[in-house]
Amino acid sequence: MNTLEFTLVVALGSFLAGMLGSLTGLGGGVVIVPLLTLVFGVDIRYAIGASLVSVIATSSGAAAAYLREGYSNMRVGMFLEIATTVGAVCGAFLAGYLHTSIIAIVFGVVLLYSAYASTHTLADPPADMAPDRIATILRLDGSYPTSDGLKSYHVRRVPLGFGLMYVAGVLSGLLGIGSGAVKVLAMDQAMKIPFKVSTTTSNFMIGVTAAASAGIYLRRGYIDPGLAMPVMLGVLAGALVGAKILPGAKVRTLRIVFGVVIAALAIEMIFQGVRGKL
Amino acid sequence: MTDADGGAAVGGKVDDKSVEVFLGKLLRWGVLLAALVVFVGGMWFLVESYAVEQNYRTFRGEPAELRGVPQIVHQAMALDPLGLIQFGLLLLIATPVARVLFSVLGFALEHDWMYVVLTLLVLALLVYTLTSGSGI
Repeated sequence: MNTLEFTLVVALGSFLAGMLGSLTGLGGGVVIVPLLTLVFGVDIRYAIGASLVSVIATSSGAAAAYLREGYSNMRVGMFLEIATTVGAVCGAFLAGYLHTSIIAIVFGVVLLYSAYASTHTLADPPADMAPDRIATILRLDGSYPTSDGLKSYHVRRVPLGFGLMYVAGVLSGLLGIGSGAVKVLAMDQAMKIPFKVSTTTSNFMIGVTAAASAGIYLRRGYIDPGLAMPVMLGVLAGALVGAKILPGAKVRTLRIVFGVVIAALAIEMIFQGVRGKL
Repeated sequence: MTDADGGAAVGGKVDDKSVEVFLGKLLRWGVLLAALVVFVGGMWFLVESYAVEQNYRTFRGEPAELRGVPQIVHQAMALDPLGLIQFGLLLLIATPVARVLFSVLGFALEHDWMYVVLTLLVLALLVYTLTSGSGI
């Protein structure tokens, strides 16, 4: 393929990934790396660099919509951001030393988990829990608007959430994804933060974490402008279109379809990784 | 800083909501500007080298002039198409960094010094990754 053909097909694939990612709320980043490596035969390091860039684009591009809702908890976000950025630096460091086959296998396992998590919606934690000592010291507790007025919540198990966020950061730096699924796991499951607050806070954190990794990838020479260009523009355009048609979309069906696609890509990544082809 | 804080540590009542909405718009304009620069550089790149056979199968790594912040700015100023794309990507990477920077100011307005320090820590880490000599 010459550069023009390659750019056009990559832009089209990225557009579809961005649209599906925004319609399902999973983000387009998770499928960019498998798409580039398995379908277009791109080296996984270039693929991760381009994916990171698209993750930042969707996070910052969606911030306006999220901020208008006013649910995000900036103290929780910023405190946990220490764990994710340190993790991202460690992950990006690891990426320079691990064999690409191992990265591909880890990627496949994380993809499988994301596909599984996408089909399970979690229930909000009970509201009347006792305050947590560490959360009180760090002033992490907050409240958010509901149909029956402001509802306050207490943040729980801060060390566990912080540890999980470090893992989310490592995965983000190693694999070039937003690690949204792990971030929501840490905030919803471990810290018992209400779903609406955790998703909006997670959107902000994804951009900052990816920026930390992207800085390192750029300095290493893993971000190729000719490849990142169609990926970034495609994912961004796809995400914008996805957000526009979201109100009329059959989100449940789409989530299942996208979940199956992700699972198939995950198994292929693991298979190719084991064979040493990636 | 946010409505969700329930006014816990808010001293002088800065209109948090409007600050956040402004910040959201700023980020979106930042992304659109970055996309525009990448698009212009990309079109130029395609016009110059559309017929070249691409090869991303073998990893070579980018040349030094497309890696460091000062080098990229220099290449973009010289109107090199790839330099322009890379400069657009740099603008994009700067958008979350800008948001963290604004958060420092937000926490400072609330006199929440613990969070000013924590946020500065995150900001320092971000700046370090972009400027450290070897790319760690």
